[in-house]
Amino acid sequence: MLVIENLTKRYATGDLALEKVTLSVPAGQVVGLIGPSGAGKSSLIRCVNRLVEPSEGTIKLGDLDLSRLSRRALGQARRRMGMIFQEYALVDRLSVMENVLSGRLGYVGFWRSFFRRFPQADIDRAFAVLERVGLTDHIDKRADALSGGQRQRVGIARALVQEPDLLLVDEPTASLDPKTSRQIMRLIVELCAERNLAAIVNIHDVALAQMFVQRIIGLRKGKVVFDGPPDGLTPDVLTEIYGAEDWTATIRKAEEEDEQAAAVAPAVLARDTPMVTA
Amino acid sequence: MSAVSRRWTPPPLIANPVLRYAIYGGVALYLVVAFGTVELNWARMSEGVVRAGRLFAGFLQPDFTSRWDDIQAGLLESLTMTVTSTIVGIILSVPFGIGAARNIAPLPVYAFCRAFIAVARSLQEVIIAIFLVVLFGFGPFAGFLTLAFATIGFLAKLLAEDIEDIDPAPLEAIRATGAGWWQVLVYAVLPQVAPRLIGLSMYRVDINFRESAVVGIVGAGGIGATLNTAMDRYEFDSAAAILLIIIGIVLACEYASGFIRAKVQ
Amino acid sequence: MPVSIAQDGTKLWQRRTSRAEWLHYAGWFALLLLFVFTWQVMTRDTIWAFVLDAPRQAADIGSRMWPPRWSYMSAVWKPLWDTINMATLGTLLAVAVAVPLAFLTARNTTPSARFVRPVGLLIIVSSRSINAIIWALVLVTILGPGVLAGILAIALRSIGFIAKLLYEAIEEINIEPVEAIRATGASPQQVLAWGIWPQITPAFAGISVFRWDINIREATVLGLVGAGGIGVNLESSLNTLAWPQVTLLLLVILGTVVVSEWVSAKIRHAII
Repeated sequence: MLVIENLTKRYATGDLALEKVTLSVPAGQVVGLIGPSGAGKSSLIRCVNRLVEPSEGTIKLGDLDLSRLSRRALGQARRRMGMIFQEYALVDRLSVMENVLSGRLGYVGFWRSFFRRFPQADIDRAFAVLERVGLTDHIDKRADALSGGQRQRVGIARALVQEPDLLLVDEPTASLDPKTSRQIMRLIVELCAERNLAAIVNIHDVALAQMFVQRIIGLRKGKVVFDGPPDGLTPDVLTEIYGAEDWTATIRKAEEEDEQAAAVAPAVLARDTPMVTA
Repeated sequence: MSAVSRRWTPPPLIANPVLRYAIYGGVALYLVVAFGTVELNWARMSEGVVRAGRLFAGFLQPDFTSRWDDIQAGLLESLTMTVTSTIVGIILSVPFGIGAARNIAPLPVYAFCRAFIAVARSLQEVIIAIFLVVLFGFGPFAGFLTLAFATIGFLAKLLAEDIEDIDPAPLEAIRATGAGWWQVLVYAVLPQVAPRLIGLSMYRVDINFRESAVVGIVGAGGIGATLNTAMDRYEFDSAAAILLIIIGIVLACEYASGFIRAKVQ
Repeated sequence: MPVSIAQDGTKLWQRRTSRAEWLHYAGWFALLLLFVFTWQVMTRDTIWAFVLDAPRQAADIGSRMWPPRWSYMSAVWKPLWDTINMATLGTLLAVAVAVPLAFLTARNTTPSARFVRPVGLLIIVSSRSINAIIWALVLVTILGPGVLAGILAIALRSIGFIAKLLYEAIEEINIEPVEAIRATGASPQQVLAWGIWPQITPAFAGISVFRWDINIREATVLGLVGAGGIGVNLESSLNTLAWPQVTLLLLVILGTVVVSEWVSAKIRHAII
């Protein structure tokens, strides 16, 4: 689905954010991208939809080479990539519905979108994803009237309504409390499975990443230093990614939480139906 | 997934439909009537196009030289008026500002200062200038008084609001050391409001310069009088020169005040 | 260093170093000199006899101004209507020009920071530097006296005011939602309308209403230079020394200003 080859990003200041990154993500796979702050996680996913211009290398989405698109073609390509942000990045003064419909902007003309006259098919899509993420009761509320977890659900709905092939997720839980974080991560993983989406999830919480994703990529100073299953994150690997520290506690915590989660899974699922708002 | 299509339109700004359409209708009606009462004299306007062209040409080729003596005299009056009125205005606005702050001034003083500020703010500078010219005669002295009066209204109000907003903790702390009213003022109040007072004063310098050009129109001296004369004689190139000088000086004032504010804060 | 050690070893504390202290006093002294100098230049031609006579004059005019000539009110309604129209239509015109100007000038939305932005800044500064009444003076000479000159004068002054505050608001928006809208594949115009515009609507409404309020005040005096409105009556009443009429006009102006302030406060509350 997504194939990145030799991606390099050098900022105008001369900082090298990414160096010859090569990786590929098949459809339906959720990849967790971990690494210390400044490792280039954010630059990597922003290079994919070209919010940040890559300096070298190729990025292919299916057969489409994203790194050499004209402006117009880039707009069309971006419709196939949904993005979810750390601070939700909602337009506060627009309603929930308007925020979700903004995911369809790439498909409708300017004046139609300006007067909020979206095709009924788009409205139907928006209602469907709002129902899926459990926000049916908040459609005409302003985005800034919602709680953090609800806001992130709106962000997810906006990405989904694009009907993308790929999700780019930038620290989705960094502004949320632990319980809501898990609900949001679970929602993202479930949605990727339902719709067979590829996803790259930037995440700084190693334990949370291990709990939900099928594959982890570790970045350090712009280079890939680990690529494998969550179990492969041994203390040595973590030391290579983050630097020397006592990692046993982190790993044990993740395992324990995994067990606990398995034990209370039915209860959690019951509590975590989409209607439950964070 | 819902099978039935649900319609959606954005919620309107005003929920009550009757009120909504009444407001829309009222606004439309007002605009139609208001435009209708603008009397347009087409003959005069076609004449105006030629003059506008001349003024525009004047901007491209301003004439600084032929009226330079008048311009220089007007400019000197405007600048001196600006400096004196700003300084006097700032000095007087401090006691008025302190007097108009409820948390440190006694009630009668507060009432008097607030009333004075309200009068100074609600009257247009030009109107004040007309009266002061009648009372004090033509010339920059009336202009100086006008601008000083307006400066007090502007600064004292903002200063009073600042003082009312200050952090009460240092006030308490200084009071607790047994300091008198003056000491509280100097050690607890002024340090908290001084940076903004300086910033606002700088801002007032260029407002006063702009206003000094205005008061000249009603005889209170300054560059406005020179401009008035130039326009009366249809000397558009001299008028353009004056306007460019005003723009240049305001620009310089803004630049300087930005620099000073950055230093102070 | 504000803290120094004296020869006998005790620590001395001063608020500033002695050099800074000297500079400080020199600065104040220079300001004082400037004041004395400008004061002397300014009052060179002042006739002090008039100044000393002012309190008597004030009492004299005061006695002639009271009571206001209420019957004159019938002649004031039409100019009052013109005054309000000049302010309102002038503000609307200014808004129509200032909004695109602000987007062209703001650092994060300008099409070219090299060429378009400086031109935008120049227009804004020129418009802001010249007061409405001076624009009116110029426009009356060009277009002839009347309400049209007043509307344009108000608009010319307000363009810079509104555009400046608006472009500053645009430069302070939160960039994240804008990125999010861009990431959905929206066109640049859609990014503007969906990502940026909703963020600045409160500022936009506040600024426009605030300027309208100021413009009501300005419009009352534009008639002094012939641009229509209630100022025309003020001018003619002053010229004929009809003081009771002047009093009435001042009361009307004061009342209008108070009402417009109240209205603008209401509107701002309703919108934001």
